[in-house]
Amino acid sequence: MQRTVLLAIPLALAAAVGAALAAPVNYKTPDEVAVFKPGPNLEVVQGNCSACHSADYIATQPPMKDKKGFWQAEVTKMIKVYGAPIDDADVGKIVDYLAATY
Amino acid sequence: MFDRRDLLKGAGLTAIAATLNSTKALALDTVTLPFANGERPLVKYPQKRPMIGLTSRPPQLETPFAIFNDGPITPNNAFFVRYHLSDLPYNLDPDKFTLEVKGKVDKPLKLSLKDIRKMKATEIVAVNQCSGNSRGFVEPRVAGGQLANGAMGNARWRGVPLKAVLEMAGVQSGARQVTFNGMDGPVSDKTPDFVKALDIDHATDGEVMLAYGMNGEDLPFLNGFPLRLIVPGYYGTYWVKHLNEITVIDNVYDGFWMKSAYRIPDTPNNAIEPGTAPKATIPINRFTIRSFITSVPDGAKLKAGAVTLRGIAFDGGKGIKEVQVSTDGGKTWVSAKLGKDLGKYSFREWKLPVKLAAGTLELKVRATGNGGETQPDSPRWNPAGYLRNVVETVRVTVA
Repeated sequence: MQRTVLLAIPLALAAAVGAALAAPVNYKTPDEVAVFKPGPNLEVVQGNCSACHSADYIATQPPMKDKKGFWQAEVTKMIKVYGAPIDDADVGKIVDYLAATY
Repeated sequence: MFDRRDLLKGAGLTAIAATLNSTKALALDTVTLPFANGERPLVKYPQKRPMIGLTSRPPQLETPFAIFNDGPITPNNAFFVRYHLSDLPYNLDPDKFTLEVKGKVDKPLKLSLKDIRKMKATEIVAVNQCSGNSRGFVEPRVAGGQLANGAMGNARWRGVPLKAVLEMAGVQSGARQVTFNGMDGPVSDKTPDFVKALDIDHATDGEVMLAYGMNGEDLPFLNGFPLRLIVPGYYGTYWVKHLNEITVIDNVYDGFWMKSAYRIPDTPNNAIEPGTAPKATIPINRFTIRSFITSVPDGAKLKAGAVTLRGIAFDGGKGIKEVQVSTDGGKTWVSAKLGKDLGKYSFREWKLPVKLAAGTLELKVRATGNGGETQPDSPRWNPAGYLRNVVETVRVTVA
């Protein structure tokens, strides 16, 4: 097993560098592995937030004292500043999920 | 035994092997940054060694801090990555790439990469630092990318002065600013595209540069291939990547990323009372002065006796005059020996032989610039968590 792994490394490196130098670039990012934690209204959150960014944007935010206020401000920013097309009816659900889960 | 750097190098092999044995890889491939909720995966991207993964879409990668002890130049494969918007030009064709220069110019230009490479090249060694570098240490905590100190790097950039390109186009009288747009953009057309602006005098100062080369190679894709703006001494927000559109305008650009984002308080030291809001703001601009100990990580256990401390310092472009080190928590300070001067925008290495007695010690480092500015003993605060430059402290146990 160990030998197989070691042999595979130069091949993997060669493939990565070769792809980067060829034209067009065809740059490949690793698979997205971050997921939203289980919680209330998970589907609403996935449907709205994932369109523009990965779940780790949320998971890496600092622990705040006023969770609800913090996440309300973030969701408002996404709508007002970044134009996220979030239905009014979903805003409260998303804030509740974020405040309860992160 | 493994030291930290061996672990990080080893993690590279683990990450590549991850598809073969993912369970094993996941166990090794995390780091914990020294603030609450600081656990991050170590991730492997093409053209990069294992990096601290902040976000995956768009990709944001932080440099593991131990790399800054390897020398004053940050390797391309370890250089940090910051994007705002998720639509990246992953399939761009360098042979078809075109830089457009337009707006208030006599002769609008469309330049190929070949055209730009044929022009007289210049080089500069300059630090690029994310405005949000070290945001994770800000207290009270603020929203945004929660970075430790690894969203900075120093490279030798090669390209052409922006001034030369603007002269080819012929800037018209009445020009006030120049805007810069790259090929990366938003997923939704409701999201403001990432466009930055510099005053015309700054844009034509001869130092601001269009770079295609980095440390003797092409720019890595994630660092802006095939062309990016270099704004020496200024925060990375201005260093637009995948740059393909330059527009000369006769007003002050009022797009979101200048008018609303990347603003700092218009106050002394651009600081305000923690937790409050500023009355007036200005666009973020030059780096504050900083210095770091790179040879000893926080929490290290050292042997009593002689040891040489090493590190780096940099500022917004006046250059480093002096670096002082304290081994007694800031009571007494000794000047360090500065390393080779690679230019006023570069990391400046320093080193200092010290004798450490047994006990728990606080090592501190403080830089002073050629303009006389230095670092504060306690952190300053602004709502976005920018400009951090408090005197850094490394706590060690000596036995």
